[in-house]
Amino acid sequence: MVAALLIENGTLVDPSQNLNRPGRLLCIDGQVVSLDPADGDLPPDVQRVDATGCLVAPGLVDLGVELREPGAEEDETIASGSEAALVGGYTSILATSNTSPVIDSYGAVEYVRQKAAQASGARVHVIACLSKGGKGEQMAELGLLTEAGAVVFSDAPKPVPSDALLKRALEYCRMLDRPVFDRPSVPELAAGGVMHDGKVALVLGLKGLPTEAEDLAVARDVRLAEATMGRLHVGPVSTMGAVDMFRRVKSRGVEVTASVCPHNLILDDSVMASYESRFKVHPPLRSPAHVEMLRHAIKDKTIDAIQSGHMPRSREKMMDDLDRSPFGLSSLETSLATAATALVRTGILDWLELFDRMSTRPAQIAGLDRAGSLLAGKDADIVIVDPNAGWKVDSSQFRSTCISTPLEGAELIGKVKATIVAGQVRYRAAG
Amino acid sequence: MAPDESLPEGNPSAGLNMLNPVQASPVVPLDQLTASLAPHVASWQHRYLLGLETLTAQEITTLLDVAQILKEATEGCRRKVPLLTGKTCANLFFENSTRTRNSFSLAAKRLGADTVEFGASGSSTAKGETFADTAKTIEAMGVDWVVTRHSTPGTPHLLARELKCCVLNAGDGPHEHPTQGLLDLLTIRQHRESIKGLTVALVGDIAHSRTARSNVWGLKKLGAHVIICGPPTLVSERWKELGFEVAHHLDEILPRCDVLNLLRIQFERQNARPFPSVHEYAALYAMNAKRMQLAKEDILIMAPGPINRGVEITPEVADGPHSVILEQVNNGIAVRMAALYLLSAADDRLRAAGRSHS
Repeated sequence: MVAALLIENGTLVDPSQNLNRPGRLLCIDGQVVSLDPADGDLPPDVQRVDATGCLVAPGLVDLGVELREPGAEEDETIASGSEAALVGGYTSILATSNTSPVIDSYGAVEYVRQKAAQASGARVHVIACLSKGGKGEQMAELGLLTEAGAVVFSDAPKPVPSDALLKRALEYCRMLDRPVFDRPSVPELAAGGVMHDGKVALVLGLKGLPTEAEDLAVARDVRLAEATMGRLHVGPVSTMGAVDMFRRVKSRGVEVTASVCPHNLILDDSVMASYESRFKVHPPLRSPAHVEMLRHAIKDKTIDAIQSGHMPRSREKMMDDLDRSPFGLSSLETSLATAATALVRTGILDWLELFDRMSTRPAQIAGLDRAGSLLAGKDADIVIVDPNAGWKVDSSQFRSTCISTPLEGAELIGKVKATIVAGQVRYRAAG
Repeated sequence: MAPDESLPEGNPSAGLNMLNPVQASPVVPLDQLTASLAPHVASWQHRYLLGLETLTAQEITTLLDVAQILKEATEGCRRKVPLLTGKTCANLFFENSTRTRNSFSLAAKRLGADTVEFGASGSSTAKGETFADTAKTIEAMGVDWVVTRHSTPGTPHLLARELKCCVLNAGDGPHEHPTQGLLDLLTIRQHRESIKGLTVALVGDIAHSRTARSNVWGLKKLGAHVIICGPPTLVSERWKELGFEVAHHLDEILPRCDVLNLLRIQFERQNARPFPSVHEYAALYAMNAKRMQLAKEDILIMAPGPINRGVEITPEVADGPHSVILEQVNNGIAVRMAALYLLSAADDRLRAAGRSHS
């Protein structure tokens, strides 16, 4: 039995009902019950949460987090990752399938769900492999994986190399009502690259990841989505070419969706001049023109959602030279503030729009019907954010096992004060 | 007294026997040499040499001036002058190298320093240690300079942050090879009054060339007009954005060139052949006797070596009167002596300043 919770004195921000005004919110038994309840309607034992000066919004939803368990627990575990998610204001995260072994069986899905249930972090939803063994050849048992509780199918962060496989899977998944996610890249064009292929890479002598490696994959993906009428989400994307492609197909009414990572909205490739592996992130930090275009594509909804891009890697793995260090970053705990700093402080988005891109819209994309909204009857998954608090990124304070971040030392705005899952305050910021 | 010090002046073997240089009767007395170096030392502040892109024209000129002084003081890099006695230079090479490694060793020895050699094979990196840990281990043995070569760009930059000793980049993947750039500049300067105003073409595998990435900045900073020439698969159009001329036809630019630097095709760094055949490449870009007729009468032909005869250069050009390839090799020792000396002096000053602050 969960106690009743009243969040008061804050500003309610809910994109699902276009709500942005002072108010209070009553939750009982893990569900949202009502906005602005009369005092007489409050249960006698109601727990009160003071949100003075803060925004009260639906908890963030992430479209793809690597949790690394089973198989690479030195990088992250389901427990540490789901706890880091809470610190970042996430109440639901989708765990990627690229563990070891990969998540391509009923038992593997069950394992992740059980581990997540034992942890007391954000809700963890399972992305199962699109292909058997994540090998990109044959479809995995998508129907049985759906029964096991998988909500999305994807081999990400690996792209789907086979056009025919992606086409088949998009067709097949229509009967399951589950989306397919693809992380767009043409491996042959991207092989060996460590950073954005541009002027900076040319000077630094580093092998580039050309934009066309992403653009061509996006072009293929959106055409197949259109041809199959399948439910496809493409992301994260990072190029002007990808934005251009989405604009064109969306204007034709194709229901494909796209996402972008916060780091691609705030940093450009010039930082690579320091040769630090913490900047070896994926998608790579692109040139300023791409950053600018991505920001505006988020505004006009050409890009639907912002996802953390959390790719934790242990410290020892990130200590090698740039060729040998893996792509990786810890971003769950910085994503909201990074996006707020890049988009809200600059006046491109308001907070209502930001919560749409980080909660409401991702919940819709992933088919999480009970998340991303403060409507009565939805899960009481809520984040309380101080929009004006400035803070400095200090990875030594991370809950994530991974402490590699391209934003180390950055001054950001927007601080998560509390994160509530199923009506329980699971995280409360110190101080 | 070392046995070789008794060798008489003018011994015909003295010039060839580079490993046992004649030490007697230095050309310039040591205190006089130190005094002549002092003004240059004052204008160099770094304890590392990572690349030419980040140096100023003045700093590059300082390196070249000191190299010239030390070259003369060692009679063409053949004698010892004990400027750095008691210091130790560690060669930490994660990629194969013969000429650069030996050139650094000789430079250190000419200045009286000791050298110690570490290679990738047999070292701890073969056992799974990161290069940074290997470097720290070597530093802990008490070395004053770490000279490093690695296949990945940026590794010397990481070492410069991690280590407290001097760090010299002897080539980081396709990024930079600053002492190669300096020796090319020094060689040009010895043949021309000034680098300013010269037209210098770098020809060949620019994409994979650290020599190119050091030369372009050094030449640009000293006022040369730089042409980058080769097939588009090896010469990015983006070089134009950085202020360089890009050309794909050697014959068209050749009549304008004062200096030609012919870069080796680095087959080992290429995953896919960027041109159809070596035969075709040689036909389009090899410097041969026929092409020499298009060139200025006093053109300098340079190559960083090792040269692929018949690919980027034919024997009659490599061994011809315009070729300064072997002078480049000798100048390599000179610029490396200058780098070791200037870095060490800056390091001494930084340490002294650190002590006085604490």
